[in-house]
Amino acid sequence: MDVTAPARSRTIAVDVNGEAIEYEVPARRLLVHFIRDDLGLTGTHVGCDTGNCGACTVHVDGAAVKSCMLLAVQADGTRIATVEGLSSEGELTALQRSFNEHHALQCGYCTPGMLMSATALLEQNPHPSEDEVRIALQGNICRCTGYVNIVEAVVAVGEGA
Amino acid sequence: MTNVPSDTVSQGSTAVEIEKSPVLEKGYIGQSIPRREDKRLVQGLGTFFDDVRRHGMGYVHFVRSPYAHAKIISIDVSRALELDGVYGTITGDEVAIHTDPFFEMSVEPGANIKDYALAVGRVRHSGEPVAAVCAATRELARDAADLVEVEYDPLPVLVDAGESLKDETVLHDDAGSNTVWSGVFDWGDVDQALAEADHVVKIERLHFHRFSSTPLECAGALVEYDKGTAEWTLHCNHQMPGVGAIWMAPALRTGIDKLRFVTQDIGGGFGNKICLHPQYVVLCLLARKLGRPVQWTEWRTDQHTANAHGNERTFMDIEVGVMADGTMTGFKVKALDDCGAFPRYEPLGCIIWAQVTPGMYGWRNIRVDFTQVCTNKSPVSPNRGYSRMQHLWLTERIIDIVATELDLDPVEIRKKNYVKTEQMPYETPNGCFYDSGDYAAALDIALELIDHGSIEDRRKDAAARGKLLGFGIGSTLDSGTNNFGQSTLLNPDLQFSGNNEAASVKLDIFGEVVVTLGTVPQGQGHETTAAQVVADILGCPPEQVNVRRGHDTWFNSHAGFSGTYASQFAFTGLGAVKGAAELVRDDMVQLAAAVLQAPVEAIELADGFARIKDGPEEAALPFMALGAIVNANNAFLPPDFNPTLNHRYVCRPYFGMVDTEKKTGQLTLTYATQIHAAVVEIDPETGVVDVVDYAAVDDCGIRINPQIVEGQVHGATTHALGAALSEEFVYDEEGTLLTSNFYDYHVPHALDMPPLKTGSMESPSPVAPLGAKGMGEGGGGGIHCVCAAIQDALGAAGKAIVYTSCNPPHRVWSMLQDPESTRANVSVVSK
Repeated sequence: MDVTAPARSRTIAVDVNGEAIEYEVPARRLLVHFIRDDLGLTGTHVGCDTGNCGACTVHVDGAAVKSCMLLAVQADGTRIATVEGLSSEGELTALQRSFNEHHALQCGYCTPGMLMSATALLEQNPHPSEDEVRIALQGNICRCTGYVNIVEAVVAVGEGA
Repeated sequence: MTNVPSDTVSQGSTAVEIEKSPVLEKGYIGQSIPRREDKRLVQGLGTFFDDVRRHGMGYVHFVRSPYAHAKIISIDVSRALELDGVYGTITGDEVAIHTDPFFEMSVEPGANIKDYALAVGRVRHSGEPVAAVCAATRELARDAADLVEVEYDPLPVLVDAGESLKDETVLHDDAGSNTVWSGVFDWGDVDQALAEADHVVKIERLHFHRFSSTPLECAGALVEYDKGTAEWTLHCNHQMPGVGAIWMAPALRTGIDKLRFVTQDIGGGFGNKICLHPQYVVLCLLARKLGRPVQWTEWRTDQHTANAHGNERTFMDIEVGVMADGTMTGFKVKALDDCGAFPRYEPLGCIIWAQVTPGMYGWRNIRVDFTQVCTNKSPVSPNRGYSRMQHLWLTERIIDIVATELDLDPVEIRKKNYVKTEQMPYETPNGCFYDSGDYAAALDIALELIDHGSIEDRRKDAAARGKLLGFGIGSTLDSGTNNFGQSTLLNPDLQFSGNNEAASVKLDIFGEVVVTLGTVPQGQGHETTAAQVVADILGCPPEQVNVRRGHDTWFNSHAGFSGTYASQFAFTGLGAVKGAAELVRDDMVQLAAAVLQAPVEAIELADGFARIKDGPEEAALPFMALGAIVNANNAFLPPDFNPTLNHRYVCRPYFGMVDTEKKTGQLTLTYATQIHAAVVEIDPETGVVDVVDYAAVDDCGIRINPQIVEGQVHGATTHALGAALSEEFVYDEEGTLLTSNFYDYHVPHALDMPPLKTGSMESPSPVAPLGAKGMGEGGGGGIHCVCAAIQDALGAAGKAIVYTSCNPPHRVWSMLQDPESTRANVSVVSK
């Protein structure tokens, strides 16, 4: 065995939405492709190849992270939450319900990333102002809504509306 | 009992109401019912094409040209094929053997262009696919594509439509010219109008720039080939599969029924997913060649570089006749449209603008000398507001330039020249009918929303802070429901006219109402609005109506023009739903009458029951009973009574034929109104434009779901603001795209958006089945009003004329530095 050659794959251990997973992944596989293609959690989306759009946002150890900007092997040992984990018991969260009530989505492609960024914000700051919401969501692109209703939906959760 | 829903139609040159279909009494229609699509989408449980998996599938990566224009000397795929896990490749030479070129809609010379699914012998824009590789993983396919060796011999590059026109370099030898289509539209007598005018305002050049809506989900498909039946299934995000199949089937030398398009959730379209047939044909060939399902997901960079741009258009030698009282009598213009390397959906853009020929104004004399050329840039495709947006920008620029030059008030000149509500339905000089609306009233709502009376005070306040404040209006019409017969104004031999859309509705055994749509929604909420309409017709709650997601050719609920485009769902889409639901309703009433032994007139459908009006409580059948009788328990029904509770209906709006000599006709059916108003502040040091106040007023007739309508207004406005201030596909002189991703092509983020105020009116359409006009594409108003507001703001700093539709800081800064060069663009000749 050539010990100087870089490993082409590695086994990683991650907690994904509360489930412990060990998986051998190619060393160069992006975290988002591991989540989508290997784990079949297709709620996390890819909208660009440059880290701009945020459709792939997940939580890594509680922080909102663009999963196309990390390799899967870099996530070894972490706790990952995806959009599928938000309402795993079948009961929508207040934020998910608010998105529905405020018509905060149209095509729904950016929505998982928006929800993950907004959930991370609300965990840090349960009552954000409109400006704070806009700052927290600046890394998530939506091409359908103009953000108006998305911002309203997040602010409303903080207001307990 | 009549089974056929009546339609109101327009006939020939005058609108004739044959029999007005009563707008349904508002029940669920008109309510902002939260969308039913959302429940799956907020849980990440939507199914987009890239989520579809098949055993043994291969991933496809395209090898693309780095050159904008070059001969292909050779392509060598051998090194790619040597990699473990590479399933196969395909090149342009194979495509030329196994397919025919896509049909072209133009007359000569455009008709002679040969457009194949992959480049054959020559590349004509950077990013053009020259070969494709299929492999076991996405990563491997990309690696293998890098190993394909292509030798090119570069050719001179054309990135300017004016240069293309000279034909010194010709992109398509078969055509012999870069001109795709050229023709003159001449309505009224513009020469006389200009001769009689008190002022003639001349504008040398205006430029509408190249951008696109860039949906967040890129294009793609998973394609399966069934060798036994020679049928392809495309799990895809094509937004107009009816027409996609018309392109693809002849190219693949197969029947149209051999192509099954399946869509589920689609991550935005905006017209940009109409011209996917070249890539899909490559996938079809690979699936057949390799005997396995093949999957392709476009990369963002590739979407920007080589998929679908909006039409770029230059307007030249504009002359506008204005009377002393500010009445405008006509204009003439030369329009030069740049469609990029291949026409594809073009030259339809050479006529679609004519749906809104006079804009919102009473001009009776208009001449448009229109030419479209190819350049070495990405092909174009329809883009939200397709072709009308460019022309409406012209009419709005004319209004504001005339106002600036003749010192007229932009509000008053609009009100003076708008088509008046009492003139509705209004026949335009080219035979279109504006169905309803009150433009001046809509403008008043917009002015109130932005507190127009305070503008001069705010201007002083901004000046005190060193800022230049400006106010602008954008008036637009969102013309809905295409008459494809307008294509014959470009090419009389084309066999297209009219329009159609299909839907089916059935009542199933356990009383479920099931709706299948021919439309292909990409976020417009069709599942929700269709349920609202059906619930009102059948007398049940919308929750009882299951509207199937997406489109599937095999459901037989599609028609030749099926798709979601051209702001037509409210007319044809919901018209088809309404028609099918009414047929099912009639079945249900007749069945209930037979079972309850009552005359049909005595039966009503309400609350999920068919019952005798004012009858005893037990004289009522739940939907479940009706569904069960017909589907599972029908032996007692008499032999001559065979209700199916399952109906397909095709909504075919009546247009009549167009006049190919005069180039007139009913080109579309409904006209929704948008009036946008913006207040901007410009930093004279940097040229940065800050939109500080914004209002959008929309009148789309009856709103089926006001919340969804407002969402469309927000979205369209955002596209317009992006286009007006930052989004631009910029090419260097070698034809390389400089804005090929979301770093360089800046779309609005949450922090970029100004507060949006919205207002609405409802002027019901007298021609639409539900009084509802198509809507959603009217965002161009945002481009127009921002351009107007910038010009207003620059009035205090040298009076520059805004000459292009995209005004990022560097361009505004240049106008501040050198307003005179923009002013040289306009002149006024007065009597």
